Amino acid sequence: MLSLSNLSVTFTQYDRGLRRKQLRVITDLNLDVQAGEVVAVVGASGSGKSLLAHALLGILPQNAVMSGTMTFQGEPLTPHRCRLLRGKAIVLIPQSVGYLDPLMTVGPQVQRVAQLTGRTKAAAKTAVKKTFTRYGLPAKTFDLYPFQLSGGMARRVLVSTAVVTPAQLVIADEPTPGLHPDVVSETLTHLRELADAGRGVILITHDIAAALKIADRVAVFYAGTTVEIAAGRDFFTGKLRHPYTQALWRSLPQNEFLPVPGNQPNLEQLPQGCLFKDRCPWVDDLCREERPALRELNDGWVRCFHAEG
Amino acid sequence: MPIKRRPERQPEKQLVNRRVNTLLIFVGQKLLRLGLLLIAVAIFTFVLLSLSPIDPVQAYIGADMMQISADQQALIAERWGLDQPFWNRFLDWLGQILQGNLGVSLVFNRPVSEVIAARFQASLQMLAIAWLLSGLLGLALGTLAGAVAGSWIDRVIRLYAYTLAAAPTFWVALLLLIVFAVSWRIAPVCCAAPPGVLSQNVTVWQHLHHLLLPAMTLSIIGIANITLHTRQKLIEVLHSDYVLFALAQGENLWNIVRYHGLRNILLPAITLQFASLSELFGGSVLVEQVFAYPGLGEATVQGALRSDVPLLVGIVFFSALFVYIGNTLADLAYPIIDPRIRLGGQMNR
Repeated sequence: MLSLSNLSVTFTQYDRGLRRKQLRVITDLNLDVQAGEVVAVVGASGSGKSLLAHALLGILPQNAVMSGTMTFQGEPLTPHRCRLLRGKAIVLIPQSVGYLDPLMTVGPQVQRVAQLTGRTKAAAKTAVKKTFTRYGLPAKTFDLYPFQLSGGMARRVLVSTAVVTPAQLVIADEPTPGLHPDVVSETLTHLRELADAGRGVILITHDIAAALKIADRVAVFYAGTTVEIAAGRDFFTGKLRHPYTQALWRSLPQNEFLPVPGNQPNLEQLPQGCLFKDRCPWVDDLCREERPALRELNDGWVRCFHAEG
Repeated sequence: MPIKRRPERQPEKQLVNRRVNTLLIFVGQKLLRLGLLLIAVAIFTFVLLSLSPIDPVQAYIGADMMQISADQQALIAERWGLDQPFWNRFLDWLGQILQGNLGVSLVFNRPVSEVIAARFQASLQMLAIAWLLSGLLGLALGTLAGAVAGSWIDRVIRLYAYTLAAAPTFWVALLLLIVFAVSWRIAPVCCAAPPGVLSQNVTVWQHLHHLLLPAMTLSIIGIANITLHTRQKLIEVLHSDYVLFALAQGENLWNIVRYHGLRNILLPAITLQFASLSELFGGSVLVEQVFAYPGLGEATVQGALRSDVPLLVGIVFFSALFVYIGNTLADLAYPIIDPRIRLGGQMNR
């Protein structure tokens, strides 16, 4: 349904005076999403996860330049098509209640989302009330302000904003941090249900453990690029392909709890060769010279010269 | 999955009682602060006037000073208590003020409270028109400029606002007078009514006709400030997370301004609007002088030029009160507009 290949995003910033600074936030990113599946996008902060969502919705800041190809349902996703599709075919479930207008009650806000997909006011209102009921939100929630919602209610309201649209692609941006474990698993269940109903879901998160509970496939981001695309089960069967994914997996508290040494490269001056070379245990001269391309390996994808099945 | 429990709804009556209590506490606090403010104003005014070169006896007698002997002057000073020590004079004066006696204006030869009441009535209409005009136009221009920030429309509006913000009030007043009253002859040159017409014979239209140019001048000055602040605030709102989400929902710019922008800039706009009362009041002194409009501002200038100490003190008190009331109204408007203040307070109790 969605396919991204060699997507790059560069920000142009003005440093001191008129000196321009190029910030390569996404480099040669590849990703594809099918209808009915949950694709988790995981990576450390600063790896370009949220910007990917903004790129898909065409809401990147004006100083951003995009290259590469995006296709959605077989047709190229141009900026013009982005504008037509966002909110209708492609929707965002935002991170927190901070993405709702603090001075407007939540019912009318979700209703507005439904109206923007072409429903009449009355139909939109019915749809919102039905969705709220389905998620076990009390009737008075419609007239509450965002600050009056508890963490769990807020999550359900935010998921409702996607449910009231007919969107085929749902992007959930960091839907779980800072929440009670019960709320986390509830939210994940809701996302899984969306996929089971035939929508494609991109779950953007840095919480691999949470993502693995529902994800069919996991795309691992590093410094704005996809280093590996693996099936969810590959994590448990030890079939991980890329050294970064392996290190990430080992760094989880329930595993070896070993930190990944080093930092992501400076986005202002991306190094020559592989973006992971400074932290890689397998690094050799080839990695320092040339940037590896994403290649298929064992039913998954990896961006590494030395990965073997 | 457990839902975080909300406090039970309090019975309605208790809620009403609590609200009345909150209101009473609010009013009590405000009155206490007003009292402290006025005492501070009283002390400052008295000290400053004691140190000023104005000799009250001389100001009272005026041009007849030459005909009055030094003995007689001393007699007047003694009768007024001017020979008393500073603190005695201050307490005596404060006692009179507390009883509502602001003294008699030397310029108008009437009790100060009467002069202020009459003059303020004339100024009030002008201030009200200017206040509304500057508020509405400032909000409209600021919203437009903020929504299309960086475009040529924004640049034109900003240039206009900066120019006006930098222009002295009296200069703008003179300019408008030259254009509308002298060149185009569509506005009167001065005063609150046509010359030679008794005040009871002045029609509403004549009245409005004379009011319009001073009110316009005053509002033009206020517009700049409100425009620039509104623009800045709207730009902030348009960079917020909730506007980003609205964009992701496919909302267009004008609907974002309509549904989210106006709602979120209203609170600062109202604060600013009420805070601008003090600036308008200050501006009216100059504007009324240029247009020879018989309002409170013009009385201030006359009082100052002719050393009318009682009138000046009265006006100082009145303006402090006026500005304080303006700010209090803004405070009262907050809970009406902002649900976080209105409902947040109840939830935490």
